[in-house]
Amino acid sequence: MLRWLIGGGREPQGLAEKSPLQTIGEEQTQNPYTELLVLRAHRDIVRFLVQLDDCRFASAGDDGIVVVWNAQTGEKLLELSGHTQKITAIITFPPLEACEEKNQLILTASADKTVIVWDCDTGRQVRKVSCFHSTVKCLTILQRLDVWLSGGSDLCVWNRRLDLLCKTSHLSDTGVSALIEIPKNCVVAAVGKELIIFKLVAPTEGSLEWNILEVKRLLDHQDNILSLVNVNDLSFVSGSHVGELIVWDVSDWTVQACERNFWTQLDTQQEIKLCQKPNDISIHHFTWDEENVFAAVGRGLYVYNLQMKRVIACQKTAHDSSVLHIARLPNRQLISCSEDGSVRIWELREKQQLAAEPLPTGFFNMWGFGRVNKQASQPVKKQQENTTPCSLELIGDLIGHSSSVEMFLHFEDHGLVTCSADHLIILWKNGERESGLRSLKLFQKLEENGDLYLTV
Amino acid sequence: MISAPDVVAFTKEDEYEEEPYNEPALPEEYSVPLFPFASQGTNPWSKLSGAKFSRDFILISEFSEQVGPQPLLTIPNDTKVFGTFDLNYFSLRIMSVDYQASFVGHPPGSAYPKLNFVEDSKVVLGDSKEGAFAYVHHLTLYDLEARGFVRPFCMAYISADQHKIMQQFQELSTEFSKASECLKTGNRKAFAGELEKKLKDLDYTRTVLHTETEIQKKANDKGFYSSQAIEKANELASVEKSIIEHQDLLKQIRSYPHRKLKGSDLCSGEMERIQDQPDQAATTSNPDESADTDLFTCRPSYTPKLIKAKSTKCFDKKLKTLEELCDTEYFTQTLAQLSHIEHMFRGDLCYLLTSQIDRALLKQQHVTNFLFEDLVEVSDRVVDKQKSAPPQPCQDRPLSRSLEECPIPQVLISIGSYKSSVESVLIKMEQELGDQEYKEVEVTELSSFDAQENLDYLDLDMKGSISSGESIEVLGTEKSTSVLSKSDSQASLTVPLSPQVVRSKAVSYRTISEDSIEVLSTCPSEALIPDDFKASYPSAINEEESYAGDSEGAIHFQASISPPVLDEAEEGSLENTPSQTDSSCCIGKESDSLGMPPSTPVHTLSDEDGVVSSPPQRYRQKDQGFPVDLAVENAHPSQDNTSEGFPAYELDPSHLLASRDVSKSSLDNYSDTTSYVSSVASTSSDRTPSSAHPAGPSSERHQKRAGQNALKFIRQYPFAHPAIYSLLSGRTLVVLGEDEAIVRKLVTALSIFVPNYSRSVKPVKHWVSSPLHIMDFQKWKLIGLQRVASPASAGTLHSLSRYSRYTSILDLDNKTLRCPLYRGTLVPRLADHRTQIKRGSTYYLHVQSMLTQLCSKAFLYTFCHHLHLPAHDKETEELVASRQASFLRLNLGLVNEDVKVVQYLAELLKLHYMQESHGTSHPTLRFDYVPSFLYKI
Repeated sequence: MLRWLIGGGREPQGLAEKSPLQTIGEEQTQNPYTELLVLRAHRDIVRFLVQLDDCRFASAGDDGIVVVWNAQTGEKLLELSGHTQKITAIITFPPLEACEEKNQLILTASADKTVIVWDCDTGRQVRKVSCFHSTVKCLTILQRLDVWLSGGSDLCVWNRRLDLLCKTSHLSDTGVSALIEIPKNCVVAAVGKELIIFKLVAPTEGSLEWNILEVKRLLDHQDNILSLVNVNDLSFVSGSHVGELIVWDVSDWTVQACERNFWTQLDTQQEIKLCQKPNDISIHHFTWDEENVFAAVGRGLYVYNLQMKRVIACQKTAHDSSVLHIARLPNRQLISCSEDGSVRIWELREKQQLAAEPLPTGFFNMWGFGRVNKQASQPVKKQQENTTPCSLELIGDLIGHSSSVEMFLHFEDHGLVTCSADHLIILWKNGERESGLRSLKLFQKLEENGDLYLTV
Repeated sequence: MISAPDVVAFTKEDEYEEEPYNEPALPEEYSVPLFPFASQGTNPWSKLSGAKFSRDFILISEFSEQVGPQPLLTIPNDTKVFGTFDLNYFSLRIMSVDYQASFVGHPPGSAYPKLNFVEDSKVVLGDSKEGAFAYVHHLTLYDLEARGFVRPFCMAYISADQHKIMQQFQELSTEFSKASECLKTGNRKAFAGELEKKLKDLDYTRTVLHTETEIQKKANDKGFYSSQAIEKANELASVEKSIIEHQDLLKQIRSYPHRKLKGSDLCSGEMERIQDQPDQAATTSNPDESADTDLFTCRPSYTPKLIKAKSTKCFDKKLKTLEELCDTEYFTQTLAQLSHIEHMFRGDLCYLLTSQIDRALLKQQHVTNFLFEDLVEVSDRVVDKQKSAPPQPCQDRPLSRSLEECPIPQVLISIGSYKSSVESVLIKMEQELGDQEYKEVEVTELSSFDAQENLDYLDLDMKGSISSGESIEVLGTEKSTSVLSKSDSQASLTVPLSPQVVRSKAVSYRTISEDSIEVLSTCPSEALIPDDFKASYPSAINEEESYAGDSEGAIHFQASISPPVLDEAEEGSLENTPSQTDSSCCIGKESDSLGMPPSTPVHTLSDEDGVVSSPPQRYRQKDQGFPVDLAVENAHPSQDNTSEGFPAYELDPSHLLASRDVSKSSLDNYSDTTSYVSSVASTSSDRTPSSAHPAGPSSERHQKRAGQNALKFIRQYPFAHPAIYSLLSGRTLVVLGEDEAIVRKLVTALSIFVPNYSRSVKPVKHWVSSPLHIMDFQKWKLIGLQRVASPASAGTLHSLSRYSRYTSILDLDNKTLRCPLYRGTLVPRLADHRTQIKRGSTYYLHVQSMLTQLCSKAFLYTFCHHLHLPAHDKETEELVASRQASFLRLNLGLVNEDVKVVQYLAELLKLHYMQESHGTSHPTLRFDYVPSFLYKI
């Protein structure tokens, strides 16, 4: 890859040929993101992004500040500082319908053992709780009950005014790593290898007290649970450090399906070797749609079909290193970001389509120019994947961050926001669309100034 | 003392009127030695004039009541500058021409001495014997101890070139008025202080006398007064009278019309302070009181002295120095302003004129000029330029009307038969700007444009006067100018005109140049002046109009007349050649500039190229062909203008070059714009405009070098085109190399192709040695990167390869370029490796002209509504897109990748236009997912 730079001497062997990492090269006709805006405000790793509304988002990270941005212009709207240590969880608290206060609130938990409620319209610090015994690692909001839960070494239930309603006993020193709400006023907390189901008892005529009761412990995972999501009304999914994916029934908390070793089921010997490192198979993140669960497993991406109860597509080395966050776009596209600093856009396709699709031709070879990114891995990949009915095709990658991309946020209207360990946030936009918008604005301004004349 | 009265004021003479206004069609500036100012010895003309000084300087003189006229100081304060020039003698001359009596004292019928706030008089004076010509600015300062309370001073700009004085009269006048205003402001302050002191003294004296009188009264009870007592009483009475007089004087000096000061940004800080004073004086009904308060606040340490009853004005007393007369602060400020003036008018007249025209034209295209123009200096001068707006009596019409009657489009119509909405968009915008942001800081294009006209009108005025007789030495005061301009305007009325247009033009001007209006309007003694300017404006406009007419003629001329006719025209005009030349030079430029947004002197260059040596039909073809093309799409007429003045993008540059080649034999010895070889004026036509273009010697050198290196790059590297394409399309070009000097040189050279984001920042980083970051690509469009041989460079190279999609990489050590393919036609014209252009500065100008053209395309593209937005609700996006594509291809003649260049520039224009109101925001990094190639030599 560096051949032409380093000049002479070396054989033209790219990294691409060594590893089975799929690369796409510079010609990405389907990649809509042709404009970027680098946003700078943080002084440390930016780990979290939350969407506030159609055009605002907040970012938070290890420097303990929360920054509210305009997603269209990239303008920094507010900087919320109040935490003394890194932020460990952030969640938006949507305003109550009935409540007269319409301001959007965000909750942030920090390693300084506090939780702060911010008003992100004014930047005001609304309330602050600092009676925690440990760092709060996850926050969840039960909108129906208008309470929120904080998960640290124990689980606490709070109301909007930050009154502690009830709490569990000490659960573990490592604390709750993930927390989701399931029906029947229950929550699932991932504590180490266990999933604990708690039931929340709201005050009734009988008792005015809130209460939280442990209902069940699910012990099916072999290793620490890293990810936990609600997939649909019927099931939730958990993933562990050793790559176990378990689909649970939301009502009776039984295992619907389990994929303990799907990373090996398709593998050749060579692949198994690669999986020796446990890091390679830990499930960092899930996303889902009606029929599939998409899992970021180590460096790869897997698509697990809930109906078929099997992996229908996979990309074992989607990135150079661990995939940290994935999200599904409405247009059957999947976006993943990774520790290698890149963001990739994938499309789930039926296998037949792939076969019919011609390989992007190296039309330059005719010209005798060296193509920087060779696509040599392509044929190999195809052979490997022919057991899955579908495939994930790389349609574009976004390179901008110089360090691990921690998370991203997709805006329907404004593009993609990525945050990274290089302290930056990048706003990726559709250049064509932006150009049109700018023209629109330009002519609006001209009209405002009375400078617009229409010809016949 | 003063020799024969060679002081003749301008008068309305019939001969001017009758003299038909037949400008030679060919701009005759070619016959003038046009040269940037050179040091003594290399400038042949300064010697020709027989001047005893080496370059222009400013002289401040005083008519001292003790010793008569005497020089006080010169700027620059360097004896080398004025050499053997007799300052004393010249002071005498310049002080003697102030025939505007500034009367102070007891006017008949007035009980008290009256201060006359006289306007400065501005006179042009020449001394053929000395070879010196001067713009003389007389002013009067107040001094309590001086006779009649006044001290006449004058500031003179002395030059060996009389045409410079004549043609820059307005500018000089404006600038010197600022200096004078500053001096006078300081002087008023000082004078008021003096008066306060004097009043205090008088008050004290009165008290003392009063006490003495009382004592005498008491001592003397005989019922009659001793002569001593009577004397005392008289003395007391005279003191009383004196107090009243001085109080009155103080009131007068304080009640100086302060709105006068509004225009002067020079003393803006002090202004407010000054302005506070009249309020104070006004609120306190008793001037004595205010004097007291002032006294105690400002000069608490002052102890009043007893004033002798018969204080005589003695001639042996030392008069106050200029610095004492004004406040030191103001004095230094004035000196700064004067040296600014000296800098401003330094150099050859043609150089000044061309750069003025250049700037004026550049400012006209305020929407696009940020892209490629180096505007740091221009914007610096912008204020000056605006200041040079001539005084106008009052706003007798609302601005809106002037907008309605905005003459510019009409002028355009007179040139061509096409019309378009887009053109009026442009103009409207400019005026609107002037309208809304009325503050003097805002640069309105219109005003600059008008200032330009004004320049031209002055040209003509002066021309007329000079040509009338060589012996006339004092050529004009303001008053006389008016008369002349009247006559001149009548003379030029031979060109049929709509007076409506003329009026409205004057109005639109007037509204903008408010600051200077007041200077004259407050002047009681010169009631003529408003008329004067009323008269002169139409004249300016007439000129303008006639230019418009002429420009048509000029084009025809260009199309049909060949050099012999030119000579004829030259012979036909028996007048003073240089002056002719200068004015016609302006005319030529003017015809170019009419309503044409992309106009740098470069246009003129090619224009003249055409005139001199291109086949005449060529122009005609462009003239007709292109407008027709545009008319179909209702496009921008300015484009037409461009094509008229400068059909270069239709015109193959090789053609241009070829035409140059024809005349090459004669061009050879002056083909370098910066060469100081004296060229025979009449043959140097090809070169003169370009030589006059660069703003200053340093930037000129810079441009020359950049052009030279760019030329070298183009010749040396066959892949120069894709590299330049990268720059033009906003893809960052990284120049990688080990040798810093080489990299820097190339980066500087290539920076002439880099479009700017805004006026302030040039997105070029000459030398970086750390690994590049994504921010760098957002910020810089041209980066010089150090290649380090050590392993430390791995990071640099890694980041480079990582971000390879955002960059084109020019490896100087391996002579390779990695960048996207380019197949357009634009860059080959811009950077033809077979070009015949040899000189760096010539090439620089060539590039500027091409880029200006490109800007105009981008402008058209950006500001055509239907190209970006649907014309009506039912139109689909696809339709708009196809219209856009066809416009780019058919109307702008862009092929393949050229489209991307224009699109990129359009994005920059949009961003810039929208940001104008609210500061700078982040530039976005735009990129394409296109494959790159590796080019090798």
